[in-house]
Amino acid sequence: MSKNSIENIIALSSDLRWQIGDDFHDGLAEGIYADASEIAGAAVSADDQKKRFRLDAKIDKIVTSKTWGFPIMFLILGVILWLTIIGANYPSSMLAQLLLDTIHPLLKNGAASVGMPWWLDGFLIDGVYLAVAWVIAVMLPPMAIFFPLFTLLEDFGYLPRVAFNLDYMFKKSGAHGKQALTMSMGFGCNAAGVVATRIIDSPRERLIAIITNNFSLCNGRWPTQILIATIFIGAVVPPSFSSIASLSAVIGIAILGIFFMFFTSWALTKTVLKGEVSTFNLELPPYRPPRFWKTIYTSLIDRTLIVLWRAILFAAPAGAVIWLISNIYIGNESIASWTINTLDGFGFLLGLNGVILLAYIVAIPANEIVIPTILMLTVMVSGIPGGEGAGVMFELDSVTATGDILRAGGWTLLTAINLMLFSLLHNPCSTTIYTIYKETKSIKWTTVASILPVIMGFVITFLVAQIWRLVF
Amino acid sequence: MGNKVNSTCETCPQYNAKGLKKLGLNTENVDFVVALAGNPNTGKSTVFNALTGLRQHTGNWPGKTVTRAEGAFEYNSQKFKLIDLPGTYSLLSTSQDEEVARNFILFGKPDVTVIVVDASRLERNLNLVLQILEITDKAVLCLNLMDEAKRNNIKIDTRTLARDLGIPVVPTSARFNEGIPDLIQTINEVATGKIICKPHRIKNVPKNIENAVKTLTNEIEQQYPSIPNSRWIAFRLLEGDTHIIEALKTGELV
Repeated sequence: MSKNSIENIIALSSDLRWQIGDDFHDGLAEGIYADASEIAGAAVSADDQKKRFRLDAKIDKIVTSKTWGFPIMFLILGVILWLTIIGANYPSSMLAQLLLDTIHPLLKNGAASVGMPWWLDGFLIDGVYLAVAWVIAVMLPPMAIFFPLFTLLEDFGYLPRVAFNLDYMFKKSGAHGKQALTMSMGFGCNAAGVVATRIIDSPRERLIAIITNNFSLCNGRWPTQILIATIFIGAVVPPSFSSIASLSAVIGIAILGIFFMFFTSWALTKTVLKGEVSTFNLELPPYRPPRFWKTIYTSLIDRTLIVLWRAILFAAPAGAVIWLISNIYIGNESIASWTINTLDGFGFLLGLNGVILLAYIVAIPANEIVIPTILMLTVMVSGIPGGEGAGVMFELDSVTATGDILRAGGWTLLTAINLMLFSLLHNPCSTTIYTIYKETKSIKWTTVASILPVIMGFVITFLVAQIWRLVF
Repeated sequence: MGNKVNSTCETCPQYNAKGLKKLGLNTENVDFVVALAGNPNTGKSTVFNALTGLRQHTGNWPGKTVTRAEGAFEYNSQKFKLIDLPGTYSLLSTSQDEEVARNFILFGKPDVTVIVVDASRLERNLNLVLQILEITDKAVLCLNLMDEAKRNNIKIDTRTLARDLGIPVVPTSARFNEGIPDLIQTINEVATGKIICKPHRIKNVPKNIENAVKTLTNEIEQQYPSIPNSRWIAFRLLEGDTHIIEALKTGELV
């Protein structure tokens, strides 16, 4: 059509707009509501108005109450974690036995019988295969329990209630109340949490939600927290209390993460991201009894296996890298041990060690492989007998054995606590970083979101280490 | 005799559901494009999964779907591409997560728009339904969550509703796959033109506004005789929506 006719229409519309005045929007909206009410009135009949939604309202009264809201939230989180910790133990050790104790030697023997050269056999079986096997043994059981439980809660309709409970605190910290939802998604996966921030309209508040999502412990980090807490925190109390103690430690770290999320949100609003808190409506949806088996099935197939597959994709090359840096020598030292020695001084300041820092560099692609990497590097550097040589991810069939290795590597309670802190406060994994870039389209904010948590991690672990050494 | 039985069967949606093939992600060479629109948390993703056999993540909280998902199904050897849109309360607002839905309904020109509503919150949901009916002639109302409505003793006269809205109404409980065969059949009939919709147009508009809308609509129709949603464009122009002005200029709307 001609440009003219379009200009005509636009000119006519602005003329008419002048004539109508300001109430066009309201007039139209009222018209729509009036129509809607007429149509619904003609078609809907409710038998017993009083009975409607009564049970929902009753439940809401309790789970969003000032007194019970928070205790119930922590109780639910506690129960989910407890089931995960307790339940994951047995399948984990069974998987470890199968993949590490049975299949690994078989592969080794097979390789030897066909006369595979030592470097190829090491690279493939001790590097790639062991990394993948380890990730499956460590990651699969907790995920297969945690994800379905979380999904059940989500289907039931509990998440918006969490947002409701936390709204006041978000407002205080200058952030959007819907950040509670994106934070909850982050407990599953930070990349998913970052994408979910699209539900926040204001760009300022959305950016805050993106930057602070990393403070939600993701499924790649839960197993690390759980394992280290079980070995070191559980050991300082009498055995009958050890599972309670390690559970409390893990919940403590998760809550600390929420605290840092609020603190960072608040700090950002006070400095670089100033602005008003926007208001919003949040529907509290009706509670819906989840379709139990269907939910279990889909969350296993979709969430658990997809996340596991991603972990495997990253673990395989990481295993190869670990084997290579442990077996390529420059002068008398392998690249790995040279790096570890270089990082040790800095690591000591933070109450950590060079092994942990190197593991976090190797594990940038996926948090899931931190613990396997740490174990392998520890075995290699401290030369503990029983390790299978340079670059072999050590096989462990029990938590006690893992603990023995770490203690032999010079670990103390301080190392464990600071590792848990650093696991909470460090850069997001590469997938999340890429997602942040895709969502913000800004190199600046992607950098901020990636670097800020590491700096906080350095500061916090440094302070804890110094105070610890003064006191003990 | 045999013929008679057959023809009775053929009109039965249960029988025809056998003609359904869930095609998952295979969305090439489709005959019709179907959009799933509706308020947040009305079960659009559940309907989507029931039709395509995909397992789009579902959850009981408003705002769960933020990107649009695509899938396909085949029915009576015709291929339908289905697009699951993020929930939106209104086409009049300007929030970002609702933009995906708004733009697709306006500019994506779906062959059929399935509007999924929560049966127990019908009046509130109709707000969006009425807005969508201003834009498109081919729509189906999917009265979802019927199980919950029943639990809450809410009865809906679907015939009256269909007559008032001028589009077919299909009651469903997508979570339990109830009503899905019926829905497919209806989508097919609207897409192929077996059912002709006469969608409701917003009536309770103040006189001065209605007059302005009429004047502008006439002008638009004179310039673009084939435009289906001239009244909606008039609404938006009177609102001063810069997006629509842009779209008019670039010819996206025609």
